[in-house]
Amino acid sequence: MSETNKSSSRWQRFLDNDIVYSFFTTPGAIIAASITFIAITAAFAAPIIAPYNPFDPAQISLWDGKLPPAWADGGSPAYLLGTDNQGRDMLSTILYGGRISILVGIAAVFLGMLLGVTLGVISGYFGGLTDTIIMRIADVQLTIPGILVAILINGIGRAALPLELREEFAIYVVIVAIGLTDWPQFARVARGATLVEAEKEYVQAAKLIGLPKFTIILRHILPNTLRPVLVIATIGLALAIIAEATLSFLGQGIPPTTPSLGTLIRVGNEFLFSGLWWITFFPAIALIILVFSVNLLGDWMRDALNPKLR
Amino acid sequence: MSHLLEIKNLSVNFPSRRGQVAAVNQVSISVEKGEVLGLVGESGAGKSTVGNSVINLLEPPGYISGGEIIFDGIRIDQKSNEDMRKIRGAKIGTIFQDPQTSLNPLMTIGKQLSETLIETLKISGSSAREKSIELLESVGIPDPVERLNAYPHQFSGGMRQRVVIALALAGDPDLIIADEPTTALDVSIQKQILDLIKSLCKARNLGVIIVTHDIGVIAEIADRVAVMYNGQLVEQGTVKQVLQKPKHDYTKSLISAVPSGDQKLHRFTVVDYIDGSEEKVTLENVSDHWLSKNKSSETHKTAISVKDLSIEFSIRQALFRKNRIFLKAVDNVSLQIQTGESFGLVGESGSGKSTLARLIAGLYQPKSGEIDIFGHDVLQRNQKAKTSLIRRKMQMIFQDPYSSLNSRMTVEDIISEPIRFHRSTLNSNETSKVVNDLISFVGMPMTALKKYPHEFSGGQRQRISIARALASRPEILICDEPTSALDVSVQANILNLLKDLQEELSLTMLFISHDLPVIRQMCDRVAVMQNGKICEIAKTDTLFDDPQHEYSKHLLGLMPRMDLFRL
Repeated sequence: MSETNKSSSRWQRFLDNDIVYSFFTTPGAIIAASITFIAITAAFAAPIIAPYNPFDPAQISLWDGKLPPAWADGGSPAYLLGTDNQGRDMLSTILYGGRISILVGIAAVFLGMLLGVTLGVISGYFGGLTDTIIMRIADVQLTIPGILVAILINGIGRAALPLELREEFAIYVVIVAIGLTDWPQFARVARGATLVEAEKEYVQAAKLIGLPKFTIILRHILPNTLRPVLVIATIGLALAIIAEATLSFLGQGIPPTTPSLGTLIRVGNEFLFSGLWWITFFPAIALIILVFSVNLLGDWMRDALNPKLR
Repeated sequence: MSHLLEIKNLSVNFPSRRGQVAAVNQVSISVEKGEVLGLVGESGAGKSTVGNSVINLLEPPGYISGGEIIFDGIRIDQKSNEDMRKIRGAKIGTIFQDPQTSLNPLMTIGKQLSETLIETLKISGSSAREKSIELLESVGIPDPVERLNAYPHQFSGGMRQRVVIALALAGDPDLIIADEPTTALDVSIQKQILDLIKSLCKARNLGVIIVTHDIGVIAEIADRVAVMYNGQLVEQGTVKQVLQKPKHDYTKSLISAVPSGDQKLHRFTVVDYIDGSEEKVTLENVSDHWLSKNKSSETHKTAISVKDLSIEFSIRQALFRKNRIFLKAVDNVSLQIQTGESFGLVGESGSGKSTLARLIAGLYQPKSGEIDIFGHDVLQRNQKAKTSLIRRKMQMIFQDPYSSLNSRMTVEDIISEPIRFHRSTLNSNETSKVVNDLISFVGMPMTALKKYPHEFSGGQRQRISIARALASRPEILICDEPTSALDVSVQANILNLLKDLQEELSLTMLFISHDLPVIRQMCDRVAVMQNGKICEIAKTDTLFDDPQHEYSKHLLGLMPRMDLFRL
């Protein structure tokens, strides 16, 4: 009895939260979150819900290649969004491709966040020479367009790998490349937040208690810098998905054997002028919807988490 | 006879997700020409909301839900924004609290003034310039011709507030609304600004509404006063009548809560009208309690001894040392604080008193000088272990209760952190017992432990800060303006708490404040600081009765006029 009471009051408290309230009263946020949620679930449930497995040669027949979508002339009801040049079902490849895109995006953002927040907080807390060195490196990296940095790191990563491992490890190389490109954003935000928090009196009180620097950073400063970092991370996820798509589109990213959305768009691009528009069109639409909804979600989060804008 | 401004049964509502909040409830006041009306109340009383509704600058989603505002015989509460904008410039002038933010930092003073003049008086640029000079002269700015080309940052806070007043006067208004015009200023400048407002009011036959939380300001300037509490008008009348013979209970307690500068009381008068303060639990046998078990075996007569202490902050960085500019925040300060003594440090903002406290606490490293705590030199580099043990005996209570607690930790975690970190209890059971004792010791309910800081008011947060400081079992407590961010009624409670703690735990206390009456009540000895130097150190009573240094005399002369308060 008391147990149910407790859980209901916790639920009540959750609904009472200002951020949760803001979420349920912002239609844009609800729509964006629903689309993001559906996209992510669909991508991860691809093996269950996709009509075909595009990686299983037994399910691919070249005879069915280049079929238009089901509603167009010559389309087959078996393939809702048509098939690509190798006879793979477009809907299934988009679901599987979306899964790789989202995975790469999340992993890359996580890597960038880990690196950036660590360096940013260290930089902000210790200041002085440490700060100068870290932030100047970040500045220099920011002067080069991100995608070029990613291509460079990606290229170096591939070249360093032995030939037979390149295909297999391509996805990790892309994650590292995008993660290493992302970190300066996180470092800047985390540093700024740290500078603000470190001046606050609760940090001074922690110093007076005699807590070691490491404990102060971990227990007091870090949790209070996470809000702005979370906002950057959401918007960063959209950017990372685009970065992956760009790399793959340029042929530098995920190989066509395990296609991501970007790879699909590139492959389709070759057939665009022969009238096979659907091979590139549907992956592109999927990418746009995914990135757009993640971006909207990030926008809302920035408004909701920033007390100055409310 | 019609009033200059008449507010009849004004109600202002703020719709929120938890229903309508009535910020102002059925308030009726009026202002005549040539009269200063003081609108006084504590934070959240709705006094600023009244001022804002007159000029139609209510913060959304607030709206006027009832009543009338009649200005100069015309009803103005239903006018459109565009009509109100014209009235605001020409007929009603406004002075805001913070002169830092109410001027545009990218425009010269002259431009801002003539822009307003051209807009409201429809005059040409050259006559606007002449009028600006005239206005600056009338608010007492020296060299007004030169100063026209200066930017706001080239003025001091007090001068900037004068410019804001000049701006408010630009449209030649009949009514001025001043919302906490002196709260952001030092006492010595406060008096000048209040005098200026008062003389302008008389000379130009203006109606003035002063919104303030400070009864001292009211006593200084107002002709009539209206007291607000919780959105309602509880009392109004002439200043003399209200301050000397308050009728309403709230007014009585508000006036008695203002610490008096002319006599020493044992305790501050507590405002019992404002509920919400728990009784402080007195621990039996404090000497046997955990809190007292860490006392140093060796007793030193001198708790803190500071010799020739200096610190500089660089204002301008440069490659060569001779081009760098430094500010000496603390300049060759020497003082000694005896064990068990309550030592006050008083001075205006920028005098270096907070910096000195942080130097002693070890938050800043001095440039030169010596600091001995209980006879141990805490600045020497060897014996680091002993230094950190000694430093732990010093804890600090900070000024801003909103930034002094980590908002991501529960109150229990905040208070138990020093105990757990120093392993000063035997097991977790004892820890939670000690935390429970501490929270009731500072007068908070046990249920507070599971909550987060944002669920508490300023005064309650300050109690939590005190409990956290006590959890390190300090022997020296440094209080840096512990009540200047709080309302007077809450201030009395916190100061009483600190006083009790000091007696019960026989703490040494360094108490920093800009508020002389508070210092008088709290401290045995006082040091007066100005520009990083100590002007005078004396016994509290001696200083108040017979100040030696010029600056001490000057500060004492600025204390609120208590003669108006008591018969």
